[in-house]
Amino acid sequence: MNFNATLIGQSITFVAFVWFCMRFVWPPIMTALAERKEKIAEGLAAADRGRHEQELGQKRALEIMHEAKQRAAEIISRAEKRGAEIVEEAKTEAVEEGNRLKAAAQAEIEQEVNRAREALRGQVVEIATAGAGRILKRELDATANDELIKDLVARI
Amino acid sequence: MSAAPESSSEYIKHHLTNLTFGRFPAGHEHAGQWGFAHSMKEAGEMGFWAINVDSMVISLLLGLLFLWLFRHVARRATTGVPSGLQNFVEWVVEFIDNSVRGSFSGRNPLVAPLSLTIFIWVLLMNIMDLIPVDWLPWLAGMAGVGHLKVVPSNDPNITFGLSLTVFALVLYYSIKIKGLGGFLGELAFQPFPKWMAPVNLLLEGVSLVSKPISLSLRLFGNMYAGEMIFILIALMYGGNLALAGFGGLLQLGWAIFHILIILLQAFIFMTLTIVYLDMASQEHH
Repeated sequence: MNFNATLIGQSITFVAFVWFCMRFVWPPIMTALAERKEKIAEGLAAADRGRHEQELGQKRALEIMHEAKQRAAEIISRAEKRGAEIVEEAKTEAVEEGNRLKAAAQAEIEQEVNRAREALRGQVVEIATAGAGRILKRELDATANDELIKDLVARI
Repeated sequence: MSAAPESSSEYIKHHLTNLTFGRFPAGHEHAGQWGFAHSMKEAGEMGFWAINVDSMVISLLLGLLFLWLFRHVARRATTGVPSGLQNFVEWVVEFIDNSVRGSFSGRNPLVAPLSLTIFIWVLLMNIMDLIPVDWLPWLAGMAGVGHLKVVPSNDPNITFGLSLTVFALVLYYSIKIKGLGGFLGELAFQPFPKWMAPVNLLLEGVSLVSKPISLSLRLFGNMYAGEMIFILIALMYGGNLALAGFGGLLQLGWAIFHILIILLQAFIFMTLTIVYLDMASQEHH
């Protein structure tokens, strides 16, 4: 064990190294570590928030779906009711229309009957006139006997 | 190697001799001239103003390697996903930071970088022990360098250089934080009552001075013993084939075990430094 100036050299080197380490090595690394720690903490917090929001969203979505189902069921039942109503209305309308058509047809028939009766009455008058002429064997002045004929016709 | 070692003792001595540069003493054939010592005895005779070039250069290179590596990472430290090297450096830094937080109660921006420097530097110096003992001296011999002690922490000059600097810091902070009176009072007025001040002074003085000595001798002793065992194992390679094979196994086993010692000694040196500085920064009662 020879002690010599190496002792001093080593001490000086040591001091220089520690100074360099303290000035240029330690602080940047510690800063980076602290910053990363902060970043990770922020990231974790954000992830937590995101998860919470997702849960809320899911709940909300479920609620909306539930509501939509309910409303759909309501709409369907209303539509069914409305359909039944429409069918009923159509039925009554059809019946009414049928009745109306029937009534119109009957009126027409009655009119026809009346017309036929008028015509028949005219013919009957002619035939009666001709018959009366023949029976009386004398020619009657149509104009002179007009009143008589009219009276006859009205009585038929 | 300067000369092929002939006997075991010469081989061992050769491995334990530093490459010392200094002034040859009076009575030497080159008296008064500067040059490299040729033996441990010559190195001793050069007195204090000589320098162990091998220890100095290797420890300097290792320290620069440490600083370059960590500075390299520190300069491009990102807050994003760290690369492999950055990850490793950050792991080491956090480990040191935790150790300092655990042992050092005050606030001192010096302690953590100091601990990091001590831990990595001492670790790197110790790791040189794992390189087979003959490789680097053989290379140096090829280059014409007579002696080369590869493990800087195996040189008491290096370990005392570290521990005395730490001791200076301990004294500085003791006086700065407690005041000169407080520091001396701590030495003189405990553990016994004030009237026994001389006894207290003796006890506390011994315990104070023993700090740097134990710090450096612990590291030096462990490394010296480890290196010695490596050298003794390496001697077996000179025997027959079976002995050499057994020596190889022994070397592997000892190297694996030595990894533990290397780490442990670096860690102990660092932790004790933190503890001493903590004691220096705390007010005792």
